[in-house]
Amino acid sequence: MSNTKYIVGSFADPDEMMHGIDKLQANNISIYDCYTPMPIHGIEAKLGVKPSRLPIAAFCFGCLGFLLGFSLLFYTMSYDWPMNIGGKPSMPLPNFVPVTFEVTILLCALGMVATFFYRNHLFPGRAPRVMDLRATDDRFILAVDARENTDHALIDSLLKEAGAVEVKYNERKYVSYE
Amino acid sequence: MSSHNESILREPLMTGKDITYAQITDDILLPVENKPNKAWWIGFIVAVCGAMLWVISVGYTFWTGIGAWGLNKTVGWAWDITDFVWWVGIGHAGTLISAVLLIFRQNWRNSINRSAEAMTIFAVICAATYVVAHMGRPWLAYWIFPLPNQFGSLWVNFNSPLVWDAFAISTYFTVSLVFWYCGLLPDIASVRDRASGLRKRIYSIFSFGWNGSVKTWQRFEIISLILAGISTPLVLSVHTIVSMDFATSVIPGWHTTIFPPYFVAGAIFSGFAMVQTLLLILRKVMNFEHYITMFHIEAMNKIIMVTGSIVGVAYLTELFIAWYSGSEYEMYAFANRVAGPYAWAYWAMMTCNVISPQLFWFKKIRTSIPISWVLSIIVNIGMWFERFVIIVTSLHRDYLPSSWAMFYPTWVDVGIFVGSIGLFFTLFLLFLRFLPGIAIAEVKLLLKSSSLQHKTKLIQEGAFPDDQVEFFKNSLRKYDSVTEEEINALRKK
Repeated sequence: MSNTKYIVGSFADPDEMMHGIDKLQANNISIYDCYTPMPIHGIEAKLGVKPSRLPIAAFCFGCLGFLLGFSLLFYTMSYDWPMNIGGKPSMPLPNFVPVTFEVTILLCALGMVATFFYRNHLFPGRAPRVMDLRATDDRFILAVDARENTDHALIDSLLKEAGAVEVKYNERKYVSYE
Repeated sequence: MSSHNESILREPLMTGKDITYAQITDDILLPVENKPNKAWWIGFIVAVCGAMLWVISVGYTFWTGIGAWGLNKTVGWAWDITDFVWWVGIGHAGTLISAVLLIFRQNWRNSINRSAEAMTIFAVICAATYVVAHMGRPWLAYWIFPLPNQFGSLWVNFNSPLVWDAFAISTYFTVSLVFWYCGLLPDIASVRDRASGLRKRIYSIFSFGWNGSVKTWQRFEIISLILAGISTPLVLSVHTIVSMDFATSVIPGWHTTIFPPYFVAGAIFSGFAMVQTLLLILRKVMNFEHYITMFHIEAMNKIIMVTGSIVGVAYLTELFIAWYSGSEYEMYAFANRVAGPYAWAYWAMMTCNVISPQLFWFKKIRTSIPISWVLSIIVNIGMWFERFVIIVTSLHRDYLPSSWAMFYPTWVDVGIFVGSIGLFFTLFLLFLRFLPGIAIAEVKLLLKSSSLQHKTKLIQEGAFPDDQVEFFKNSLRKYDSVTEEEINALRKK
């Protein structure tokens, strides 16, 4: 068995890459992942990637923000040290709206983005795991696990038929600095 | 699919011949990957001089106290809050472009959102300095936040719009920064994968290890959409709260219910004017004419016209309501604005904000780059005067005629204002030098749907009826980046 870990089809056009996915899937060849310089709409459905659950996380963080914001106002204004300010009630609900709203938005945004970074393992200084350096420029990369799919000649020909400008046999998973 | 066929009646969002994905990357990264040209250096040096003036003026204010400003006991707020509201208002266009236009699926935002969002962040930084400086004791600025303390657990007064403002502005700044930075990740990764050596290392750190896999892009699009969804009410709330700093007081001329919508419209108005001022220069100096096209310029001019009209209606409504209220103080406040000692400022505001944007009804003016640029500056001047008129003319003649006064700025007032413009441009020029000024990934999405190149191909294949092609051809005449030859090529082969 060769040392090839991944077969990487490099396309110049997103539609041709989508075509390549269809061809591989028609031949029961599973696709590892695709790396593209821009979002490709409809690719998740093709690859069977489940919808993201980030909106749920965003909603939960928003609710948490609402609770924290309101608790802060209630604790400071009504519970800990109720003050008579111009004869206004010590729990003026309409006046609580702006700050509660801002804290809700803040926690929703920060919580959701933190979840996004956590789930995608994005953080400052992380070594980029890239299979082809042009995947962030002008190439649409389709990667196939060479150990699981052993008929390499077929994969090669299918990729080229679909319009791949280049097919690489990567012996290391990532070409970038691991 | 990346290529969907949109109606030919829609004008192209990207022009130029033989554009490829690689060329988009090259074009946009040109200023980032090369040494800056002379124009950049000249602009940068001038801006840094301005920023130095800002440092000196703010430093002097901190050292001597706000007595350094031209304030007196009648006019306790003047240039500081005028400039603060002016900068916050300018910031709003960036969020509007990146959030509201995303929700409405206006693809023309793709080429201008990055620089507009950067503008937002820098404008809010400029605005924040006034908040801190006008407190008088800036080292105690944290007192605005409800921190546990040793003063008998004295909390801030959450009934006060000034406290709401602190929360609103800091939330707005944080969320805008997060939104902008998330959008930057794929583009920083583009720079990283093309660079070498130390540059590669630095951009690698800031790219957070972005790799553009299917799942990353899927989640990226989701968070962009949700951030847009929450930024939209946020941006409206911010300027609403800024207007409440005035509207909840009992000063005639401030105490009006129309303020929140009127301020929000004014903010969008001045913000788009600033975006226009910046982008018209940017597209020329950086050769972005194929990405920021005449369509973008015209669309922004239309928004300036609409919001300018809303602002105009608000001015007239204020006058009407002052009369209709029957309150003599209210009526006097407005009579004083129109015909008092600050009438020149009022009429400068009226001319710049109400009359000049109406010129955009003419297509010739809307699509003329020099006139658009001059008008965008005029609008910015007008919007500065609007805040000055609201703040100073409402204060300078208060209830006791014996305490009537005028406001005269000192060199420190002028220095902080001019300096903040210098600071803004310093930050903006540094941004253009080190980060992609156009969202590369998002512009790539347009190549196979909304570009002239794609539409030309479809027309040549005979995909559209002749009358629609004729309409499309006519809409291209205004583009400065489309040649006659390219228009003539638009027929069936």
